[in-house]
Amino acid sequence: MSTTTRSGRAKPAGGGWELAIWYLIRLSGLGLFVLALAHYSITHFVFDVTVQEADWILDERWGSLVWRTVDWLMLTLVIFHSFMGVRTVVGDYTRGGLRTALTMGLYGLALVLFAMGTMVVATLPFPVK
Amino acid sequence: MRYLQYRGGEGMLAWALHRISGVAVWAFILLHVLDIWLVGANPDLYNEVLALYASPVGRVGETLVGAALLYHALNGLRIIVMDFWPSTTVWHKQLWYACWVVFFAVGIPGAYIILSPIWTGAH
Repeated sequence: MSTTTRSGRAKPAGGGWELAIWYLIRLSGLGLFVLALAHYSITHFVFDVTVQEADWILDERWGSLVWRTVDWLMLTLVIFHSFMGVRTVVGDYTRGGLRTALTMGLYGLALVLFAMGTMVVATLPFPVK
Repeated sequence: MRYLQYRGGEGMLAWALHRISGVAVWAFILLHVLDIWLVGANPDLYNEVLALYASPVGRVGETLVGAALLYHALNGLRIIVMDFWPSTTVWHKQLWYACWVVFFAVGIPGAYIILSPIWTGAH
């Protein structure tokens, strides 16, 4: 029996890492449905782009630990979800050594971006009140 | 509609757009983590990048990023529904049309809010 879906990647048979990733892509997708759409709404509908200068992020946006935590959670989910998604695309169109090289490159880039995002959200000073 | 017949009309188009919008949002994430990193590393340079985002071209770009994000989010929900409740796959076309109804209902007012400073000049 085939459980084909028209848009999603077929569920990997046999379990293991690939099946775990298949579930985690969907779980992180659900989380991002809320977090990323809320983030886009806040940064474009609630506030106009023009007000969101570096000082404003320091004083308002990241003035509370709660918002920093929410944004770091979103960073974690989006790095996993987007890089694993592009990995699926790479796997569909390449094979052999090129596929391995591109996949390793993606993992490396994901780690660098996750480190950069974590660095700024964790080390930006809190406003002095 | 023959050019949509590789695997069948809506299903294939939904898949292709999901893939294209996903790669587009991924590409923006690369830029976006970098620009937010600048808030700590070089705030003046970040403010210059922000001015680009606030320009007319930047606003059109953000609207397109938002469109890709919204389509990917809605169709992603449709995929999850069909993956975990396979019997709903019978309705895959109707679910896809429902995604587009929400897409335009949310997207048109959203695009208006982002783009209107271009012609009103107000922020």
